[in-house]
Amino acid sequence: MPETPAFALRGVNCAVGNGFALRDVGFELPTGYVMGLIGANGAGKTTTIRCLLGMRGIDSGEIELLGRRVPGSVSLRQDVGVVLDHTYFVGEWRLAEVERTLRPFYDRWDGARYRQLLDEFGLDPKARVKNLSRGMAMKLMIAVALSHRARLLVFDEPTSGLDPVARAELVGIIGDFLLDEGHSVLFSTHITADLDRIGDFVTLIHDGRVVDTGPKDEILDAYRVVRGGPDELTDLIGVELIGARRSPAGVEALVRTDEAGLLDGRVLVEAPTLEEIAIHIGLSSARPALRTRTRGAAA
Amino acid sequence: MRVVLSNSSGIPLYQQIKEQVGAAVLTGELAEGEALPSVRALARDLRISIITTTRAYAELAAEGFISTVPGKGAYVLPLDSALVREQLLRQVEEGLQTALDAARRAGLGRDDVVRILDGLLDSEYEHA
Repeated sequence: MPETPAFALRGVNCAVGNGFALRDVGFELPTGYVMGLIGANGAGKTTTIRCLLGMRGIDSGEIELLGRRVPGSVSLRQDVGVVLDHTYFVGEWRLAEVERTLRPFYDRWDGARYRQLLDEFGLDPKARVKNLSRGMAMKLMIAVALSHRARLLVFDEPTSGLDPVARAELVGIIGDFLLDEGHSVLFSTHITADLDRIGDFVTLIHDGRVVDTGPKDEILDAYRVVRGGPDELTDLIGVELIGARRSPAGVEALVRTDEAGLLDGRVLVEAPTLEEIAIHIGLSSARPALRTRTRGAAA
Repeated sequence: MRVVLSNSSGIPLYQQIKEQVGAAVLTGELAEGEALPSVRALARDLRISIITTTRAYAELAAEGFISTVPGKGAYVLPLDSALVREQLLRQVEEGLQTALDAARRAGLGRDDVVRILDGLLDSEYEHA
């Protein structure tokens, strides 16, 4: 890709403690697109985002954000809008005070835009931060990010705790933001329904490692869900069952598409949803075999 | 521009967009020179990924229906009668192929198929 990516992580290692670490994490997003970072709770999504934003040091590897090295200059803050699963504003502040407090930190703060966004999002400037619902607090953080003209929006679990209407609103806000080709969005989630449609790129993370990353349609094409009777998916040669779920009635698992042809004809083979891919990768034990093979295939 | 996407048709979203816009151009519903929404605006309006709308527009452009101008948007190209004819010929071939497949399953022979086609053509011309 000739253009500067919105961000890129290359070979990032970061020990967190309790034996958990990011190991050789690498993926990048071209400028102008949406990427979903998918993984179960504890897979390493938030740690990855904190490393990307320079909020946490890394042990080795390389991180580039909007064309600059991380950790780097403070001026990156101007260009990145961060929406976390909790507000970082003081609860007693009224929304108008949020602006007065933040404004000095941003070179390109646009007060008119902030007030317009509050209005658009149905937020009362006189309301206090602590009284906002989950969805309203998220919209406040987005309003702040858009008011300082961020070029990259990073959401950590934006849709958890949001009702369907608020989630749909978020999709609309992201669509508006992306009308500008210089804007990009990264969001982490375990709710894949949001991504099934608007996501351009997907990165699957499991146990601190990137299992797969790339354009969403390529990821969907790379896997198949297979279902068979209790004795049908056993002793397979050349086919690895990823995250097999067994019950007396049968087996369900994920396989790589290029291996699916080796299966018994009675086995049902179907195109997966992102959710099915995420579930089976989440169920898979962290065996080295899975890691080396899928890493190689993803490269 | 009217685009209505089905989530359950099993047809890829880019294909649905391509077919609907292509059909609108062929029927004249979208006139020559008419501006289409930009790739990003359409992605926002349909709430789908940018890659999907980009692919739909790229294929429409490759087939000569529209022209895309980077950073500006897209507009409808003049209807090339050769192109239209080719599209229609392809539809005829596809339709006949479907009929032949059904005929084979029903065990019909060449003569049966020809007789049916002749019958259809005759009634067509009577009505015309």
